[in-house]
Amino acid sequence: MSLVHVENLSVKYGARTVLSHVSLDVNPGEILTIVGPNGSGKTSLLRAIIGAVKPSAGRVTRGKGVRVGYVPQKLHIDETLPMTVARFLRLPGGVASSEIDAALSQAGVPDLAKAQMSQLSGGQFQRVLLARALIGKPDLLLLDEATQGLDQRGSASFYQQIEQVRQDTGCAVLMISHELHVVMSASDRVICLNGHVCCEGTPAVVASAPEYRALFGTGTGGALALYRHDHDHGHDHDHGHAHHDHSETTH
Amino acid sequence: MFDDFMVRAALAGIGVAIAAAPLGCFVVWRRMAYFGDATAHAAILGVALSLAFSMSIFIGTITVALLMAMTVSFLSGRGYAMDTLLGVLAHSALAFGLVAVSFLSGIRIDLMAYLFGDILAVSRGDLAVIWGGAALVVALIGWRWSALLTSTLNEDLAYASGIDPKREQLVLTFALAITVAVAIKVVGVLLIAAMLIIPAAAGRPLSRTPEGMALAAGVIGILSVTIGLRAAFVLDTPAGPSIVCVAALVFLLSSLLKGLVPAR
Repeated sequence: MSLVHVENLSVKYGARTVLSHVSLDVNPGEILTIVGPNGSGKTSLLRAIIGAVKPSAGRVTRGKGVRVGYVPQKLHIDETLPMTVARFLRLPGGVASSEIDAALSQAGVPDLAKAQMSQLSGGQFQRVLLARALIGKPDLLLLDEATQGLDQRGSASFYQQIEQVRQDTGCAVLMISHELHVVMSASDRVICLNGHVCCEGTPAVVASAPEYRALFGTGTGGALALYRHDHDHGHDHDHGHAHHDHSETTH
Repeated sequence: MFDDFMVRAALAGIGVAIAAAPLGCFVVWRRMAYFGDATAHAAILGVALSLAFSMSIFIGTITVALLMAMTVSFLSGRGYAMDTLLGVLAHSALAFGLVAVSFLSGIRIDLMAYLFGDILAVSRGDLAVIWGGAALVVALIGWRWSALLTSTLNEDLAYASGIDPKREQLVLTFALAITVAVAIKVVGVLLIAAMLIIPAAAGRPLSRTPEGMALAAGVIGILSVTIGLRAAFVLDTPAGPSIVCVAALVFLLSSLLKGLVPAR
C-alpha cells in the first residue's frame, strides 16, 4: 500500500501545461527524489500532492491516515512579524512543548526553541523548517529543494540529517533536488521529471538512462558525466528540453 | 455613567482600539496597509448611499466596504499590482462618494464628521454598534487566529496543514470591512488606517511572538485613546486626530527603544 498515489496527473496554469500524465507512488520508508531542469514541474508536482494546486486531470490520493510533513522551498518571514522558533513549531496549533523539543533535536537544532526566526542562519532556518515538518510524526516528508541557499557542506549535512530522520522514524521522504551528486548517493529511487516522467529507477539506473543524460548530460560534470553523450531525445509535449544544458554545474 | 459624553467617547475609542489591534497586526504582517485606506475611502460612498436611501450609516458603509474588499480580492493577481489596484479603487470610490453626496439635496451632512470622525457625539446606540462590531471582529480573528497566521507565513504551508489561505484572506477582509464601518463614527475615514497600523507597528519592537504583538497593539491603542481624548479635552483639539497623534508618539518611543535594544 503506497503512502501517496499519483495517477495520470496533469497540471495547467492558464493555457500553459506544466505537468502531463504523471504517475508515481511513494512507498513506506523509501527516499524518493525528483530531479529535473528548471520549469520541469517539480514544485507543481509537490504542490499538487499537498493540495495547493488543483489537477486539471488525473488525481492524487493519499493513503488512509497518512500524515504528511512539508518543508517548503523557501519561507520568507516578514520583519514585522515577531516569531520565536517554538511558536513557529506550534502552528497551526495543539503541540506540546515536549514534542517541540523532540522535533528540534531530531532536526539537529535542539537549543533553538527560544530564538527569533529572523535571527537564524540559513542552515538553522532549514532545520527549523524540517523540525516543523516532523511535528505530528509524519509518515511522509515532502521537501522542496530544502537546501537552497546552503553551501555544499551545509546541504550535505542536511541530507545526512534527513537520512538520520528516516532511520529513526521510518518515514518516507519525497524530495526535490537540484544537487544531483548528493541525490544520487542519498536516494533509494529517483524520478527524472521534465513535464512528464522521463525515467525512473534506482540512482544507478537513472544515471545511465539516455533520457536523464539528455537532460543533464555533460553539463553536470564530475561524477555524472562519465562520457560525452550526444543523444537526440524528443518528447511529444510542449516542453523544451534543455539539451546539453551547461548551466548545471557541480562544485 | 453612560450619560457623560467623555465616558461614551472613551468607551467607543477603546472598542475600536481592541478590534483594530489584532486586525492591524495582520494588516502590517501581510503588507496590506493600503487596503485599510482603500476600504475606508470606499466607506464614504457608503455614507452617501445610506443617506440617499435613508438606511442606517452602518449598513451602508459595511455593504460598500465589503463590496470593495471583495472586488480587490477578486481582481488581485489579474494583471495589476495590488497597490495600483487599491489606488485606483480607493480614490475612485472616494471621488464617487463625494460626488454622490453633492446630489443629496435637502440633506445637510457634515462631511468633516465622516472624514475625521466625531467621537464626542457618540450615542448609546453607536456604542452598542461599536462594541458589537468589535466583539464580532475579535471573535472572528480569535477563532481563525492560527489558520490566519499560518496562511500569512506561507500559503503552501497552509495548504499542507489543510488550511485554505484564500478563505482566510476573505475572513480578514470581512473583519476589516466591519472595523471600518464601526470606526467611521469614532476616528473617521481618514484616520481608520492609522488606528489599524500605528498601534501594531508601535507594538512590534516590544514583542517576541505574534500574540504578544497583538496584545501590545491593544494596550497601545487603548492608551492612545484615553490619553488622546484627555489631551483633546484639555487642549481643545480635535479628538480623532489627537488620538492618532498620541499613537504616533508611542510609535516613535518604541522605535527609539528598538534602536537601544536591537536584539528583539
